[in-house]
Amino acid sequence: MIMDLIEKHPILEFKHGKKVKFTFDGNEMEGYEGEPIAAALHANGVRIYRVTPVKEQTRGFFCAIGKCSSCFMVVDGVPNVRTCVTPLKTGMRVETQRGKGVIAMDAE
Amino acid sequence: MNEKEKLFNSGVLVETRKGAVEPPVDLWQNKKNGLVIIECPQRIPCNPCHTSCPTGAVKPFRDINDQPEIDYEKCTGCARCVAVCPGLACFVVDLTWGDEDTALMKLPYEMLPVPEEGKSVDCLNRVGEPISRGKVVKVLEPMHDRTMVVHVEVPRSKVMEIRTIRVVR
Amino acid sequence: MKGLRQTEVLVIGGGPAGLSASLEAASLGCQVTLVDSDLALGGQLIKQTHKFFGSKDERAGTRGFKISEILLEELDGYKDRVKVHMNCTATGFYREDGVVSCVIGEDEYFRIKPGKIVMATGAQERLLPFPNNHLPGVYGAGAVQTLMNVYGVAPGKRVLMVGAGNIGLIVSYQLMQAGVEIAGIVEAMDRVGGYWVHAAKVRRMGVPIYLRHTIKEALGDRVIAGAMIQEIDDKFQPVGKEIQVDADIICMAVGLTPTCELLWQAGCEMVFVPQLCGHVAQRDLFMRTSHPDIWVAGDAAGIEEASAAMVEGRIAGVGVARSLGKGDSSEHSKRLEEYRRRLADLRGGEVGQKICQGLECCTVNEWGV
Repeated sequence: MIMDLIEKHPILEFKHGKKVKFTFDGNEMEGYEGEPIAAALHANGVRIYRVTPVKEQTRGFFCAIGKCSSCFMVVDGVPNVRTCVTPLKTGMRVETQRGKGVIAMDAE
Repeated sequence: MNEKEKLFNSGVLVETRKGAVEPPVDLWQNKKNGLVIIECPQRIPCNPCHTSCPTGAVKPFRDINDQPEIDYEKCTGCARCVAVCPGLACFVVDLTWGDEDTALMKLPYEMLPVPEEGKSVDCLNRVGEPISRGKVVKVLEPMHDRTMVVHVEVPRSKVMEIRTIRVVR
Repeated sequence: MKGLRQTEVLVIGGGPAGLSASLEAASLGCQVTLVDSDLALGGQLIKQTHKFFGSKDERAGTRGFKISEILLEELDGYKDRVKVHMNCTATGFYREDGVVSCVIGEDEYFRIKPGKIVMATGAQERLLPFPNNHLPGVYGAGAVQTLMNVYGVAPGKRVLMVGAGNIGLIVSYQLMQAGVEIAGIVEAMDRVGGYWVHAAKVRRMGVPIYLRHTIKEALGDRVIAGAMIQEIDDKFQPVGKEIQVDADIICMAVGLTPTCELLWQAGCEMVFVPQLCGHVAQRDLFMRTSHPDIWVAGDAAGIEEASAAMVEGRIAGVGVARSLGKGDSSEHSKRLEEYRRRLADLRGGEVGQKICQGLECCTVNEWGV
């Protein structure tokens, strides 16, 4: 999958950082280091970030300022990560969050 | 509410009003380089059309919320205000351009693709309908800030309708 | 958890108001700690590609993101006095000892005890209730701007904009600049709420604005596939036939509400002011709240334009410096007089009338010191 980015803009010039690889539900994807995980996923065509515990409804990107909880995902095994304000790092393992997140200390 | 009001309330000028008037015809017909038309009918806190005007044609504001008033005798059609206005509400129309059926419009433009000189473009009215073709004469970036001022040759009869252009791919 | 940190002034929020407050306080000699929950400073300014209104004082005619760059450059000059924490959320204010708890990222906590605080926490977006509004593809207007103008990711192919206030109109225009089609703008009122010139810009590019219309329902199974819109009457009841709109994004621009949790936690006197779009703190003419150590500025003090937020931030900055005895009093008076004049000018228009009515409900001259 190639990132779908705005190539030409009449006003803005986009300065992206280093391109890194990460995985989403096991599939390898590319994104820019330091940019929000949620933005990298969106550029890769991913729209569904989690599935709610009771009604099993889909949720995705929404507020982009770390306030609404819509984009909670499991990142490197840690649930409830606000992917809209969490910077992407190389090798990150990003997963769709299904139901409630299981916090590591409970799982132990 | 009648249809005219409805249109105006959605951002379409339907008749002249304070802050959105036509230049006096006699002066306009003979003014080389054209005269400005500003369509800014609402009181909003904004005055760059006045502060940027090199000739004082946009009269001083008593209050920055005032609608612009123009001294057409002073307007040279330089289109500085076209490039500066945050509302893209200034347009220059030169009726002395070309033959008696044509006029030149200087329009603000901030989209892609940037029109090419010599090419034909669609001329759109205030609701985005293509109402004629125009020929791009010149593309300038007066403030070097990505707002283009596009000079387009258009049918003279349409100058009070045309308000932007669309590049035909 | 590490030990307790100290700062003379804590500014919470690095948008137009918080940056201005930090700069002003620093310029008068205060030591400032600035925390911001985002990955970049500048708040909503960094997403604004349009030129700002106002006068030269507010850098009218300059694009919003450029104004942010100018403020950040200014901030660079105060490196010795302003400490910045990014991706850092202020999570709580503890009334008994005046300590603020913060978290960087998801797990790095610290506590800080400020002398004075400026709450410049900004705003959050409202959402409308309608079936399927939870589906991915229903995005806040600020989120859409972040995606496309900060990270260069087009949010979708075809957008239905809900709300024709300044944000709805401006974001529609910005979407077109990013090459995205606008299916239309729906607005419940009988006129656009934003500046008329912003509406004219999108209308002349062929975008329909459906006045007195609302979104009835979002369509789609797992993601957005369209929307049903419908005309409404004087009492906001649906009338007439439903119109189906093809869209993969429904962008919500139905208003903002001040972010004021910390102000509540601090026990500031709060008042509901519809003209300012929610609960806001009572403040005096220095932007000080009823809590003697807390100031407020920008959208957190009531929803308004960024140009006003910057001036309010400056006033709050002078306010904290003055209370800390930094800078001399004639300088304070000179600056305050200038900033208050600028605010009055900005609020002199049609939209400003509403703001002024709202401010009358929550402003006192000066708290007893």
